[in-house]
Amino acid sequence: MEKVNIKINGIPLEVPAGTTILEAAKLAHIDIPTLCFLKEINEIGACRICVVEVKGARSLVASCVYPVSEGMEIRTDSPKVLASRKQTLELILSDHDRKCLSCVRSGNCELQKLCNDLKVEDETVYEGERNHYEPDSSSTHMVRDNNKCILCRRCSAVCDHVQGIGVIGANERGFTTNIACAFDMGLGETSCVSCGQCIAVCPTGALYEKDYTEDVFAAINDPEKYVVVQTAPAVRAALGEAFGLPIGTNVQGKMVAALRRLGFDKVFDTDFAADLTIMEEATEFIDRVQNGGKLPLITSCSPGWIKYCEHYYPDMLDNLSSCKSPQQMFGAITKTYYARKMGLDPKNIVMVSVMPCTAKKFEIKRDDQDAAGVPDVDISITTRELARMIERVGLNFLSLPDEEFDDPLGRSTGAAVIFGASGGVMEAALRTAVETLTNEELPDPVFSEVRGTDGIKKATYNVAGMDVNVAVVSGLSNAKVILDEIQSGNSPYHLVEIMACPGGCVNGGGQPQQPASVRNNTDIRALRAKALYDQDASMKIRKSHENSAVKKLYEEFLEAPGSHKAHEILHTSYVKRAINPY
Amino acid sequence: MGVKQSTVPFAGTNEQYEKLLKVIADHKDEKGALMPIMQKAQEIYGYLPIEVQSIISNELNVPLEKIYGIATFYSQFSLNPKGKYVISICLGTACYVKGAGDILLKLKELLNISDGECTPDGKFSLDSCRCIGACGLAPVMMINDDVYGKITPDDIEGILAKYK
Repeated sequence: MEKVNIKINGIPLEVPAGTTILEAAKLAHIDIPTLCFLKEINEIGACRICVVEVKGARSLVASCVYPVSEGMEIRTDSPKVLASRKQTLELILSDHDRKCLSCVRSGNCELQKLCNDLKVEDETVYEGERNHYEPDSSSTHMVRDNNKCILCRRCSAVCDHVQGIGVIGANERGFTTNIACAFDMGLGETSCVSCGQCIAVCPTGALYEKDYTEDVFAAINDPEKYVVVQTAPAVRAALGEAFGLPIGTNVQGKMVAALRRLGFDKVFDTDFAADLTIMEEATEFIDRVQNGGKLPLITSCSPGWIKYCEHYYPDMLDNLSSCKSPQQMFGAITKTYYARKMGLDPKNIVMVSVMPCTAKKFEIKRDDQDAAGVPDVDISITTRELARMIERVGLNFLSLPDEEFDDPLGRSTGAAVIFGASGGVMEAALRTAVETLTNEELPDPVFSEVRGTDGIKKATYNVAGMDVNVAVVSGLSNAKVILDEIQSGNSPYHLVEIMACPGGCVNGGGQPQQPASVRNNTDIRALRAKALYDQDASMKIRKSHENSAVKKLYEEFLEAPGSHKAHEILHTSYVKRAINPY
Repeated sequence: MGVKQSTVPFAGTNEQYEKLLKVIADHKDEKGALMPIMQKAQEIYGYLPIEVQSIISNELNVPLEKIYGIATFYSQFSLNPKGKYVISICLGTACYVKGAGDILLKLKELLNISDGECTPDGKFSLDSCRCIGACGLAPVMMINDDVYGKITPDDIEGILAKYK
């Protein structure tokens, strides 16, 4: 590779040609601050925070998009550079509502940190006309508050480029430029799929999930209510980040201890329902293969993906598994089987789910998700909301002991915990499908071809004499590629896993936010996924059909996977939706 | 959130629709097709309401928001139709210092629409514009081809009455 010689802050350096100044500076141990820049997603050089001085250049240049050239001399720390960055921040603040004390992002706001780092002392230097916006709370899962928007366009870039949806973008121009939906429709009126990736990348408090923590506390404090909590696999792989632990720390034990101390009557695990999902979905798959049903079968765990399919591929709803998601299966079993077992009235059970996901807030309000005549799940909160609850009551999370989930709905296998990573559902399904069809024990339960953070993974496995072609997809623009292939009629696939969020649930829209400075330099998806794969590897039971509590559930209540009763309680239906209002 | 849709009911004809579909088909596979299609669409309909932008979005598989973002960025595009009588009030320097701002306020008040909008009956549309080259008559207003100079807010009601 061609190299060029440059000088950064007087230090000579040899770097590959084509490197941006931002990347070159990293090699010189300098972190140039950025704000709008998101690697490979939003590289537009718009915010002017990353400006540097280049000898001979007419003006300061945006280091995030400016390539180095032979002999270039760069200053990243000159008084002119620092003054410019500070002034940019002061100008951003001139049209920002600055209610930092009550802001949901206080403490992990990227704008706040930059203001501190660059010694902004007076947020009112450029006091003048301000835009005032009505926050958009029309969707079930989130609020958009443009009064805190800094127009970095990370949200619209992730919505458009990564998810292929593009329901938010920049409207108007100049001072009235604002990020919104077409014709100022509310997000809830658009084809937004509720994935929350925009929230995950927002540097400020302009985008946040609808917070239901007070509703959870109210339920816990209501003596009439029996409050049960379930936690999704991916939550344990990221919750620790909210308390300063390294990315990829599995905090399952402390999370359980915290939930118990928060006052939940039972602390259960969505993983149980993940195993149950595999029982139903593997049965559905085998049935479709053997009886000429619609193929490929596509997984239905990700509510963002489901809503995407309903809006953008309404003719492919028959390909979707009719299985409810693990969250909904869990609620359905809690309010039917568990309620009966414990002599509880389902009306008095409050089912709370902790999810890495914002689309789960939409999912609990869907039709046909009420096995006991009441909603399967009552309140769905994100990993972030759980962290806030723990902070609010003053639990010292890091010093909590490791505790175990309650029985029996806290019992699960290694196959369930990997649901949180892209490829996990596929791998879990294969473990069960292969053993069911061959009646032989798998010598090694690992299907490494479907692991990893690639957006599209393909593999072929020989199962009991049949070549099974599988595809594993995460991120909805990747889903589009595979769906178009299926729609064209040339697809070889039998089984397809699709997750709305890139990398799967570990990178869900409800997970603790990592600033761009981390996201641009670390693959958080891989680190969090590793925590789940490590847990799987450490478990004795790693196949869903060997989950003793699931077996008992079928014996005592559901009869058999795919039974009439299982269909009534654990399966659902989908609706066709449009993309545009006209 | 106020949905920014035209207050004038959409009255697109089948003929216009077919025309637009043909324009889209002609440009579909070109790079950068969106702008020329939007310009032609505005020629066909006179403006770009949500109904028209949705046709373009559906046919091109381009998000509606992307089209709306462009339509609101460039002043050549209008979200509102022009009225039977197009009112242009000059806000150029000379007219402005002679009180054109107050004339615009009065027009908005009497017509109950904002700058750039059209009355629901389709009769009057209101646009502020820059210098129309008649500074000697400031403040100046035009209704279609009629020029009104040296006007005061009190004159407006009488002028509008001529067009009812």
